[in-house]
Amino acid sequence: MSNNASRNFDVESIRADFPILNREVNGRKLVYLDNAATTQKPKAVIDALTEYYEVYNANVHRGVHTLSVEATDAYEVARTKVAKFINAPESESVIWTRNTSESLNLVAATWAEENIGAGDNIVITAMEHHSNIVPWQQLAMKKGAELRYLAHSDDGVLDMESAREIIDSRTKLVAATHMSNVLGTINPVKELGSLAHAVGAVVLIDAAQSVPHMPVDVQDLDVDFLCFSAHKMLGPTGIGVLYGRKSLLEAMPPYMYGGDMILEVSYEDASWNDLPYKFEAGTPNIADAIATGAAVDYLTELGMDNIWKHEQELTVYALEQFRGLPGINVLGPEDASKKGGVISFTHETIHPHDLGTALDQQGIAIRTGHHCAMPLVRSYDVVAAARASFYIYNTRDEIDALVNGLSETEGYFVR
Amino acid sequence: MMGGTSGLNELDDLYEAIILDHYRSPRNTAPVESPDIDLEVNNPFCGDEFHIQMKVDGDSVASVGITGRGCAISQASASLLAELVEGKSTAEVQAAVDAVRRMLKGEEITDEEADILGDIEALGGVRKFPVRIKCALLSWVGLDDALKEHLEKNS
Repeated sequence: MSNNASRNFDVESIRADFPILNREVNGRKLVYLDNAATTQKPKAVIDALTEYYEVYNANVHRGVHTLSVEATDAYEVARTKVAKFINAPESESVIWTRNTSESLNLVAATWAEENIGAGDNIVITAMEHHSNIVPWQQLAMKKGAELRYLAHSDDGVLDMESAREIIDSRTKLVAATHMSNVLGTINPVKELGSLAHAVGAVVLIDAAQSVPHMPVDVQDLDVDFLCFSAHKMLGPTGIGVLYGRKSLLEAMPPYMYGGDMILEVSYEDASWNDLPYKFEAGTPNIADAIATGAAVDYLTELGMDNIWKHEQELTVYALEQFRGLPGINVLGPEDASKKGGVISFTHETIHPHDLGTALDQQGIAIRTGHHCAMPLVRSYDVVAAARASFYIYNTRDEIDALVNGLSETEGYFVR
Repeated sequence: MMGGTSGLNELDDLYEAIILDHYRSPRNTAPVESPDIDLEVNNPFCGDEFHIQMKVDGDSVASVGITGRGCAISQASASLLAELVEGKSTAEVQAAVDAVRRMLKGEEITDEEADILGDIEALGGVRKFPVRIKCALLSWVGLDDALKEHLEKNS
């Protein structure tokens, strides 16, 4: 993908756009390293929300009055921005949802409900987030279908040899994460897609951790469904995206029924509106969709190639620094080029929650726990893990603060 | 924060010396032979899990053994619990659990209760760290439920 950045990638000027980065936590400057959970929001995104409510708040696709027209335009322009961002062939293939989980559930309740039956199988990886496991587990149980798991090596690299065996003529769906939220592994989704397509299966990608951090092109990857959330890419909470191949979306039944998704309603029956509205019943999340457009603008200005490069540099640096820390074990690929800016780790004696509390006392925010991937975390024979994850505003100094914080914590507990 | 170069001074409220001591050297970890109460408690959100065994002799706890893994707070709390209950009457154990629950909720406990709890009062520091209260209560709540069940069955 070409680099269309129109702004220099300067971390200090980026940081100045994020009001929250000025605050202190427990008397220390905030070091926010929980970006895989949610990212902070730049002023431009916060302003987009405020502007909508202060200047042109109205319902969309309804009135003929000026405010409604302005709101509708902004809502649809935001959809177009997202479509362009992931290189969707047309903007009506971009459906607004609440989050990645809802996008996944939408596909499970509509496409999968109609296309997966007894004896069929669904293939997912063993490193999925709960939201890309449980909908398929439930569907498989209900339909008498089989749920198969693609294994990975200890350092978190998908076993593509076994993928070739597991994906067979009864496979209807291959659903995989583009980037593991625990291991950071980038999976070869294009290759998985061709294996799926070769047997007539559909490929769905959980891109919650990839779209915010790297160029993602749905046509180049040749995926059928792609799901992600705005809040992990500078946008607001409560809004997500389902991209679907148009022919599939057109054939799918609606997910919810109600206003905006109908074409005509009689007392006896109803017909469905065109894409994307068929899947957007009721008054949508207008403000957050518009603010997502602002987030996409912000990322596009910086350039996704530059963002990826910045995070790779931070990851390489952090992995180097971690190697010198006593007692720390990093989960997932040791090779930064195989992973995104997510480092999950454990300490041989200190529990992740004690690490998390001690780092929080130093103003450093990391995630601790099972990361909504219980089977994966348990497969490493640990009860929980700590995770540091990076974004555009993070610096080497902050990684130094983390490493220093971990040393102090080690000194505190292991005396 | 009150001066100091380390950002960890405040941590001493949570991890008092007595807590760190029990975390590093947990008490009563030996298995109990033919236990009357034998249960696993866990908190899937932290992955903490403990195996609690107890021999109840009439109205009193003859012996107790607790093993498991978890954070410093849950481990120290389990160890303090094991140390407290051995040799106590079942009524005293139930009263102590109730006092700990109230203490962690920020409610007053009586001087008598404070006497019974002794070292366990150190767990009170957890109140300043609300997300960690569950860690402190994990083994206590599990043991309380199991004891209640045992007493009902044998009444």
